[in-house]
Amino acid sequence: MSQKRPPADVYFFGTCLIDVFQPQAGLDAVTLIEREGVRVHYPDAQSCCGQPAYTSGEVAAARRVARAQLDLFPEAWPIVVPSGSCAGMMKHHWPTLFAGTPDEARAKEVAGRIVEFADFLLNTLDWQPTDLGQPLTLAVHTSCSARREMNTHVNGWALIDRLANVKRVVHEREAECCGFGGVFSVRHPDIAGAMVADKAAALKDSGAAQFVTADCGCMMNINGKLAKDGDTFAGEHLATFLLKRTGGAA
Amino acid sequence: MNEATLTYYPSRDFKANARAALADSNLRASFRGAMDFLMGKRAAQFPDAHELAELRKLGEAIRQKSLAKLPELLEQLEAKLTENGVTVHWAETTEEANAIVHGLIAAKGGKLAVKGKSMVSEETELNHYLEARGMTAIESDMGEYIVQLAGEKPSHIIMPAIHKTRADIARLFSEHIPGTPYTEDVDALIQIGRQALRQMYVSADVGISGVNFAIAETGTLCLVENEGNGRMCTTVPDMHIAITGIEKVIEKLSDVVPLYSLLTRSATGQPVTTYFNMISGPRRPGEKDGPREVHLVLLDNGRSQAYSDEQLRKTLQCIRCGACMNHCPVYTRIGGHAYGTVYPGPIGEIISPHMLGLENTVDLPTASSLCGACGEVCPVKIPIPEMLMRLREESVRDPHEKVAHPLRGQGAGVDKEVKLAWRLWTGLYSKPGYYRLFGWAATRLRGLTPRHQLGWTQNHVPMKPAPKTLHELMRERRKETGR
Repeated sequence: MSQKRPPADVYFFGTCLIDVFQPQAGLDAVTLIEREGVRVHYPDAQSCCGQPAYTSGEVAAARRVARAQLDLFPEAWPIVVPSGSCAGMMKHHWPTLFAGTPDEARAKEVAGRIVEFADFLLNTLDWQPTDLGQPLTLAVHTSCSARREMNTHVNGWALIDRLANVKRVVHEREAECCGFGGVFSVRHPDIAGAMVADKAAALKDSGAAQFVTADCGCMMNINGKLAKDGDTFAGEHLATFLLKRTGGAA
Repeated sequence: MNEATLTYYPSRDFKANARAALADSNLRASFRGAMDFLMGKRAAQFPDAHELAELRKLGEAIRQKSLAKLPELLEQLEAKLTENGVTVHWAETTEEANAIVHGLIAAKGGKLAVKGKSMVSEETELNHYLEARGMTAIESDMGEYIVQLAGEKPSHIIMPAIHKTRADIARLFSEHIPGTPYTEDVDALIQIGRQALRQMYVSADVGISGVNFAIAETGTLCLVENEGNGRMCTTVPDMHIAITGIEKVIEKLSDVVPLYSLLTRSATGQPVTTYFNMISGPRRPGEKDGPREVHLVLLDNGRSQAYSDEQLRKTLQCIRCGACMNHCPVYTRIGGHAYGTVYPGPIGEIISPHMLGLENTVDLPTASSLCGACGEVCPVKIPIPEMLMRLREESVRDPHEKVAHPLRGQGAGVDKEVKLAWRLWTGLYSKPGYYRLFGWAATRLRGLTPRHQLGWTQNHVPMKPAPKTLHELMRERRKETGR
């Protein structure tokens, strides 16, 4: 393992979707990290990484919203983000977004401290859980950003594989996109609908009792589709699942 | 194959085309099956991730080097080809390219052209142009031949007739090839097609082909193919006209080896193709075969626009393998015709705006979830998602804004309501006080969540805010824990 010495303090960037729609997932991630003895600081002035505007071509809007986040992390602590695509935006796209502006150096410095939640739990904290749950078969959906931009999909698998009573199954075309893509799912609902229908079916057909994902956008996309179809099969955020399996808050 | 039977799929109707394609279960099954097959074949060719990574880096470097020197390499290519006895023609527009080809055939009093596969000739709609002027152009690549008989366009750049079922092809052959009985036997169908085409090589006045790589150092045109039709087209008729885009030039003979390997392995999952042709001029004195005249038409058609912008120039690195399509979750579901462009899929989304203008292709750069599968498999490492985002930026840019390299159709995607929504969003999300108020209001008013939320509720239950935001929960938590 390449784990570093765990830091005493970290920042937590909750992301806008988690803030308004799935706050429990954020809270569960914070609880898991604090249970490992790390102090979590949540800057109250945070909102969004700017990704929705950035991927829509509204670069100036993205820059304004992202700039409002740059001052929120004054200490040199890692910034943990419980969503692969937001982490990818902050780590890989902020330097480009601010290139040639007076904020470039600051954006790069902040970007350098971004760490995706599963990556942090596994590689920095070397999380060693005691699984208290019943035997369960589980499918995992990894966001495309986590997989292709952050290369952190293996971390989610590794964390789950540390749970003694959980059997992780692979679903058909696991590497394929769920069809969320932010504004894409609103702008091209026919195509996005076909994609999420296939993803939901593949997850269900995997034989798993439920699925987990570490990306709130994908989760709302897949769960929203399943609920629309009146399905009881559903997914949870990875943090929520890991916390439940290991006894909740300390 | 008159004007009336030509099926045209304009890209302005992308959304309607996509909807129709999604509703066609046969089409979806054939694309899904074919793409799964091609993805599997490619994966089997690259068992060693390290080797693949190194080869892609090399491919990228070769293409970038070629593009960096493009003007001088084109000059060198012209000089070398001329030395070799090949006449070089330059065309800025598709109309100019077609006129050149037509003029060459007309000067010989020719009527019949037999064609090897060429996407650039699809770009110029050459067949149509020649037919409107009393000439006949017959496609000799089996897939191209099938779509030509059907009066359609290719739905994939490597496998043009991938959307056709066996029964479709059986029907086409029995209707269009005299004396052909209806059969769905694949081997029999291929034999029927080959026999029909075989006659054409002998009677054709001219052979037309594309080019995969044009080597500046030696003045050589390389042609990659599997059916042997490319070799027949370029050697049997008295005249050979090659047509290609200006970006296809590479510096050295040694550059071909890695690019060829990347191309065949990425495209069809073959270690090598059945045929690899290197054309270095017409028949020389004392030689018994080969064309007496060889011409090369070099087409721009919007490529200069991509070239002039340092970031968008990467678009021209493409070697037309089609791997981005095979791996695209959107292309796999809607097929090639829905895009309404000669080049479909991810590469089509980033190259078509240069050829047709953003005003005619405005939906294409948005037709991606930015999943990154295309960029991941691209053999020459074109950062396709980055290109898509840049084109989105240009399509919502104020059409009057002065920029260094304005794109044709800048601002074609500007929508006043959407602009207003983004302004509102920016105001809320860039000011912490407003944002917290918004979060508070959204959660408190969650009972009033609209039941219809634009395109979202077509596939999902409405997005409903939680009872409290994470901001509030964290504040409560701080109070409880005293931190």
